[in-house]
Amino acid sequence: MWSFSKIANIIHEWLSQTFNVTWTTIIEMVIAGVAVISLFAVLGLVLVIMERKVSAWMQIRLGPNRVGPKGLLQSLADTLKLLVKEGMTPNGADKFLFNLAPFIAMMVAMLLLAPIAFAKDFQLWDLNIGVLYVSAISSISVISILMAGWASNNKYSLLGAMRSGAQIVSYELSAGLSVLAIVVLTGSLQLSEIVNSQANGWWIFKGHIPAIIAFITFIIAVTAETNRAPFDLAEAESELTAGFHTEYSGMKFALFFLAEYANVFIVCAIGATLFLGGWMPFHIGNWNGFNNIMDWIPSSVWFFGKTFFLIFLIMWFRWTFPRLRIDQLLNLEWKYLLPISMVNILLVTAMAILKWHF
Amino acid sequence: MAFLKLIMFLKDYIKDVFGAIKSLATGMKRTGYYFTHHKEIITQQYPDNRETLHLPERFKGEVVMPHDENNEHRCTGCTACELACPNGTIKVVTKFDITPDGKKKKAIDKLVYHLELCTMCNLCIEACPSDAIKMAQTFEHSVFDRAQLTKVLNKPGSKIMDGVE
Ligand code: SF4
Ligand code: SF4
Repeated sequence: MWSFSKIANIIHEWLSQTFNVTWTTIIEMVIAGVAVISLFAVLGLVLVIMERKVSAWMQIRLGPNRVGPKGLLQSLADTLKLLVKEGMTPNGADKFLFNLAPFIAMMVAMLLLAPIAFAKDFQLWDLNIGVLYVSAISSISVISILMAGWASNNKYSLLGAMRSGAQIVSYELSAGLSVLAIVVLTGSLQLSEIVNSQANGWWIFKGHIPAIIAFITFIIAVTAETNRAPFDLAEAESELTAGFHTEYSGMKFALFFLAEYANVFIVCAIGATLFLGGWMPFHIGNWNGFNNIMDWIPSSVWFFGKTFFLIFLIMWFRWTFPRLRIDQLLNLEWKYLLPISMVNILLVTAMAILKWHF
Repeated sequence: MAFLKLIMFLKDYIKDVFGAIKSLATGMKRTGYYFTHHKEIITQQYPDNRETLHLPERFKGEVVMPHDENNEHRCTGCTACELACPNGTIKVVTKFDITPDGKKKKAIDKLVYHLELCTMCNLCIEACPSDAIKMAQTFEHSVFDRAQLTKVLNKPGSKIMDGVE
C-alpha cells in the first residue's frame, strides 16, 4: 500500500542514484520547503472555509454558499482578492519592522512544522528534543505580534500587541506544564518516541485523570496562545478593531491570517501527537479483529483525523464562549490553570514512578 | 482555625472550577445542537425567496394606520404617539371638525410620518390609546428621492370611526 514514508523513500533513492550526496540533500530540502508551503496554502484554504461553515452553523446561519458547490470555493475567491489588493504601509509606521512582522509570524509557523510526525516514519526532522524545540519556537510568535503592533504606530495595534504579550507569556507556562506531564510519562522529549510509547493506548486513556486534566489545560492554554476566542484580546474586533493587524492590508494581512490558522493546525497536531497518539491507530486491548481494521486505516488519515478533531474543538470554543476581560484572562491562568497543572504534574510524576499507568 | 479556612477555600475553589466547566459545557451543548440541527437555521435567502419569504411575527418594517372599508381610521389626534417618539418621527397636525350637533371636535388633519427617521422602536404603537397605528412588515423602502419617505398615514378623505374617543 502507498504511504507517505514509501513515497519519501522512493524519491530519496532516486535522488541518491542520480545526484551526489550534497545535491540530494539540497534538492530534498527544496522539496520539503515546497511541500511545507503548499501544505500551508491548502491548510489556509481548508481551515478558513471550515471555520466559516462551523461558525455559521453554530450561530444558526447558512455561511458562505454562493461560490462553488455549497460555497466551498469561497476561501479561494477570498485569497484571490487578497492577492490583488494593495499592501499599504502607513506613513507613520516603522517601515522595516512593519513589513518584517508578517514574515516572522509565518516563519515561526513553518519552523514548528519540522518535528511533527505526519504519518508513520514521515517526519521532516526527528530531533531528540522535539518538545523543547516546539515550546521554544512557539514563544517567538509573540515577537512578530509585538513587532506588528509597535511598528504600526497606532494605539489600538500597540494595545493589542501588549495584551498578546501578557497573554502568551502567562499561558506559555501552563502549556509547558501540561506538555511536561506527557514527557514525564514517556520519559522522552523526542516526538517520535512519544508517539511510539502510545502504541498500546493513547496517553489520554493510559494516563487516567491526570492526563485528562493535562489535556484540558493544554487545550485552554494553546487556545490562548494562538490568540483565538475566547482569548482573542489581542485582536478583539469590537474594541481594538483587529488589534495588532489593524493597519495591515492585502497579502501582508493574509500572511497574519494564514499564520493564525497554521498555528492552530500546529498546536492541534502537537496536541494530537502528545495526547491522542499522533498517527497511532486506535486500539482496544486485545480485540485483534478490531485492531486489525484500525491498522488498515492509513496512519496519515489517523493523524489528520485527530488533528482536525482538535481543530474542530477549538473552533467550537471560539463560537460558543464570549471573550474574556484581560483581568479575567490573567486570573484564569495564574489562579487556576497554573496551580492546577502544578499539582497535576506532581500526580503524574507519582504515577510514573509508581507505574500506575498501563 | 487556619486549617479550617484552608479547607473552606479549597472547597470554594474546586466548586468554582467545576461550576465553570459545567457552565461552559452547557454553552457548548447548545452550539453543538445548532451545529448538528440545520433545520434551526434562520437565514432568509432574500431576494431568492422573495415570493416565499417568511418573516418572524415581531419583525417591524414601518408604521402604518389601518383603515376599514369605509375609509375610517381610529386616530383621535391625541398626539400621544408624537410625544412618545424619541426622535420626532411623527407629527400630528390637528384640525377641528364640527360635529352634527354643532360642537367643535379635535380630529387629525394629517399624521405625518418620516420613515427615514424612524428606528422601529414601537414606542408610538404602545403609546397610542386607541390602537390607531400598527407596525407593518414591509421592508423594501428604498426610493430615489428622500421626500418620498415622508408619508401621510391617514388616507385622503378619511375620517374617524364612530365610537372611538
Ligand atoms: S417606531 Fe419609534 S421611532 Fe418610529 S415613529 Fe414610532 S416611536 Fe417614532
Ligand atoms: S395615532 Fe394614536 S397616539 Fe397618535 S394621535 Fe392618533 S390616536 Fe393619538
